[in-house]
Amino acid sequence: MSGDVVQLLIESFPRILLPGLIMTIPLTLIAFAFALVIAVVVALIQYAHVPVLRQIARFYIWVIRGTPLLVQLMVGYYGPSTFGFHPNGFVVAIIVFAINEGAYCAETIRGSLESVPVGQMEAGYCVGMSYMQIMWHVVLPQAFRTAFPALSNSLIGMVKDTSLASNITVTEMFLATRQIAGRTYQFLPLYLEVAFIYLLFSTVMTWLQRLGEKKLGTYTAKRA
Amino acid sequence: MGPSGSGKTTLLRCINFLETADSGTMRFGGKTYELAHTDKREIAELRKHTGFVFQNYNLFANKTALQNVTLGLTSARKMARDKAEEIGMEMLKRVGMESRASYYPSQLSGGQQQRVAIARALAADPEIIYFDEPTSALDPELIGEVLSVMRDLAASGRTMVVVTHEMSFARDVSSHVIFMEKGKIVEEGPSKEFFDHPKEARTREFLRMESDRSGKKKE
Repeated sequence: MSGDVVQLLIESFPRILLPGLIMTIPLTLIAFAFALVIAVVVALIQYAHVPVLRQIARFYIWVIRGTPLLVQLMVGYYGPSTFGFHPNGFVVAIIVFAINEGAYCAETIRGSLESVPVGQMEAGYCVGMSYMQIMWHVVLPQAFRTAFPALSNSLIGMVKDTSLASNITVTEMFLATRQIAGRTYQFLPLYLEVAFIYLLFSTVMTWLQRLGEKKLGTYTAKRA
Repeated sequence: MGPSGSGKTTLLRCINFLETADSGTMRFGGKTYELAHTDKREIAELRKHTGFVFQNYNLFANKTALQNVTLGLTSARKMARDKAEEIGMEMLKRVGMESRASYYPSQLSGGQQQRVAIARALAADPEIIYFDEPTSALDPELIGEVLSVMRDLAASGRTMVVVTHEMSFARDVSSHVIFMEKGKIVEEGPSKEFFDHPKEARTREFLRMESDRSGKKKE
């Protein structure tokens, strides 16, 4: 590697990392928080067999899982502008990512809810608890523990998927990298550099996942 | 009592509305309930007077032994945590599990889990506790500890409805026995009479088979 490239990598590092810290990470965390809320509601609707809403939930999951994320972003961004309304790319990205990830996480959480043995519910009823109380104190915490690794997967996946937001003018890490590469023609080193930063972010999240599992996992510990 | 598939568990579950009966009535506390048409509020009210012990314990997996006992008190009965924990520890002491109060169900043996489940059923001081084959899922060497807790309960005058295959336990502890087969009651009566002078041929056959079986187990 020539000295110029090393120099470029050093100079560009903060200029790629900064959009990562102020765009990629906030975008991921905010969108994922909304996604979780959507997912829990959609999963509960299905778990509790709420009529009509349940069909709507199925339809939502069917459409979102059946279409590409990139297309959803485009529709979310350019759709409103055909009606003369020009939305902010960052806001659109948050909404689209939340809706998209919500559909996947809803299935994860539904599966986890259904894996909680029916006896847990019955035992709750037998000590006089209501459906809501049992869900809150017993079923949801257990389902969340089961869902945690899969949800962490989704979160880590989402960090990388945010690069797609570069297509709707959100200056996150990938777009920042492309801009520098376009100016300097050093495509390979810069793309490797941004890949490395994504890897850095994912590593931190994997580490957080392990910490979270440790904290949640106390009751699943086998007999001491 | 009765052979497998005779409907003992189903009957017990219907009484506590875990299963909806097609028809029938139940009298409890001076009131008569249509089993098929009892609304949610009445069911919740009834359940406040009863406890239930399951064959496979069904302890809340994400709660410690103590929390298992107190959860019904703090959530369903809105009891203050301190008071609930005081009662919880007292109940655990009664079943000999106070030293395991902070253990999770997965850290306890089957017999220990079942004793915690009995403490949980006791916590609300119910008028009746239902037991659905409480020792059937246990290893033979763990059955004793659960039965001994149940003997203490019976001796203290607690009303218990027990589905069981433990003949000698039933003979010692019960005051009244119902023998069922294929969803029908074959014979019922005071326990002494039932075991010493069974009226029905089918009852005699069942008792003989069961005593053969338990005799073989001991050898």
